Amino acid sequence: FNRDQVLRINAESEDHIQILKDSINIILRFLDFWTHGFSTERPIDIRVPHTSLSAVKDFLKKNNVPFTVMINNVQELLDRETAEMVSNAKMERSTKSFNFAAYHDLETLYSFMDTLVASHPNLITKVHIGNSYENRPMYALKFSTGGVSRPAIWVDAGIHSREWVTQASAAWIANQIASNYGVDPSVTSLLGQMDIYLMIVTNPDGYVFTHTDNRMWRKTRSVNSGSSCRGVDPNRNWDAGFGGPGASKDPCSESYHGPYANSEVEVKNVVDLIMGHGNFKSFISIHSYSQLLMYPYGYTCTDIPDKSELHSVGTAAIKELTSLYNTIYQVGSICKIIYQASGGSIDWTYNIGIKYSFAFELRDTGYYGFLLPANQIIPTAEETWLGLKYIMEYVRNHPY
Amino acid sequence: MKTFCSVWLLLSVVELSPAPPASQEPPLACRGAADPAPPQPETAEDMASTGDLEPTHYPARRAAQVALHYLNTHHGSPFRVFGLQQVHKASAEDVEAGGRKYKLDFSVTDWASGSAGPALRCSADVLFPRTERHSAPDVKLRCEALQQINRTAQEEEAFYQKHITPDSAVSARDIPDSYGNMSEEMQPFWRLARVAASFIMLRESSENTEFNMAQVASVTQQESSEEQLMLEFVVLLHDLPSQEIVQWKLLASWSPDRGVRVLQTEWQPRCPHATKPPN
Repeated sequence: FNRDQVLRINAESEDHIQILKDSINIILRFLDFWTHGFSTERPIDIRVPHTSLSAVKDFLKKNNVPFTVMINNVQELLDRETAEMVSNAKMERSTKSFNFAAYHDLETLYSFMDTLVASHPNLITKVHIGNSYENRPMYALKFSTGGVSRPAIWVDAGIHSREWVTQASAAWIANQIASNYGVDPSVTSLLGQMDIYLMIVTNPDGYVFTHTDNRMWRKTRSVNSGSSCRGVDPNRNWDAGFGGPGASKDPCSESYHGPYANSEVEVKNVVDLIMGHGNFKSFISIHSYSQLLMYPYGYTCTDIPDKSELHSVGTAAIKELTSLYNTIYQVGSICKIIYQASGGSIDWTYNIGIKYSFAFELRDTGYYGFLLPANQIIPTAEETWLGLKYIMEYVRNHPY
Repeated sequence: MKTFCSVWLLLSVVELSPAPPASQEPPLACRGAADPAPPQPETAEDMASTGDLEPTHYPARRAAQVALHYLNTHHGSPFRVFGLQQVHKASAEDVEAGGRKYKLDFSVTDWASGSAGPALRCSADVLFPRTERHSAPDVKLRCEALQQINRTAQEEEAFYQKHITPDSAVSARDIPDSYGNMSEEMQPFWRLARVAASFIMLRESSENTEFNMAQVASVTQQESSEEQLMLEFVVLLHDLPSQEIVQWKLLASWSPDRGVRVLQTEWQPRCPHATKPPN
């Protein structure tokens, strides 16, 4: 089909039709009619082999039959279409062949994100919220069916890099949301009204470090001036009770709060996005391990005004989670159920008015701890999704 | 401190053991990782930790974990490690001579058989002393039907016979590995490490700590002595409240008859911020 063209003939008169009809036997031998039936109402498309092009064009010109070149090069078009099909199939295979039951490095997770976005271009966009300390891009996946600054739900995973089941679960959940849209009525209705921002790797520098150097690394990788110890605990660095009890001022500590609130660019990037957007209704941070669903506060054990509501939302969410594999979770405020901790993300988000602020601690309860076997990723993601979905549906049903 | 660190490093390098030299290089030391944080002082936000306690909140849970460590030191084996299933009831009271005593009613399961296994009901008194220097909590524990749980005598005997032979020289690192993989063959060694680590976790526990074993960094079989399997472990412990990873080297013995005994423990400091071990 190389250099074949498709000509569109606009037969304007009966004469033209007659000419074409008369030549039909000859023409039919050489030409490939793409449309059938001759009339003056509709155009006639014919594919003309390259070798016959000049002859056909001359014939039409000589008989004053107007035509236009519809397709300049049939092969080119075919090639492009094939390429697109191959690419689509590859992408589908990639998201279908992405092994959710395995732990992946940063590059693979980032490429998964691109694949997911490419196969759901009308639903998902990749938002570059800024760069990490070591200049790695930080990406959030935005699930949106339109609107302008719709009320939104934020979910982040992997702020503590050693909590590998969280990044892995978030990848599965991203895929789940994408597949469920248009299929699951609840997800479809949710996305009809609200946007979801999902950040799979919230601490990319730390995540890379857990692969290259130290599987147990928790913090960012920022340089602390005056110390040979690096990193700040990104979940002690938020502006809520910053520097108070439950965080360390020792740069070598795993819970070092940093020199000041939002000193960590990873935290600042999220803060800027949340503030800039201005319409988040829920903020959910995913950690491991301990099997807990928690609400604010961490920096103080005083109850929040919305304690009753958040506790019952949490309890109901956990009921959904447990229904799948019987995994037992506890519900409570951070300060009471796990430990007092200042400078935490969901305390800050709650204090700026994002009422439905929650933190998950996923599987397990200490047997494998951070080193959860890969064969538990999908069951963990599946049950967590049920809990998450409950919270999201509740947020959708309780606008404020 | 710097001298201590360099000398210690030097010693580690020249240590005589069948383990490959690379394993002696302190994997986490001198990466500027944190000291094990000293127990955080109780804050002004001290929870009402006397009287009846909420069973799902951390004060009751921490005390129950201490009772669990005690249970494992006495009844753990290469084929049995107990985990906390649920705290049913808990209360605490301050006692004379300082200290706080927790009374607990809780259930445990054998982790080896997963959540499918039967739950054992236990009650315990856990006393955390309040002394200048840290001292180990005191535990009194009663579990129902302990004797009746599935004996693992056969597996224990087979495992023992396999490794008590003079040419057994087990040596492995990173159990489980970064991906949570643990071979079938390594599972009993992991459990032994977990039981041995329970001695340390029990001893180091306070109301401000909550320990788990994060990973077995290495296991190196030593020459058997007195018909005991002798194993040198390096374990990484994770303390939940401080989020610190604490490294300990220990020498443990085991046989089906005598159970697990811990002969030596050595806290492994992280250079360059080595500080004195907790004890």
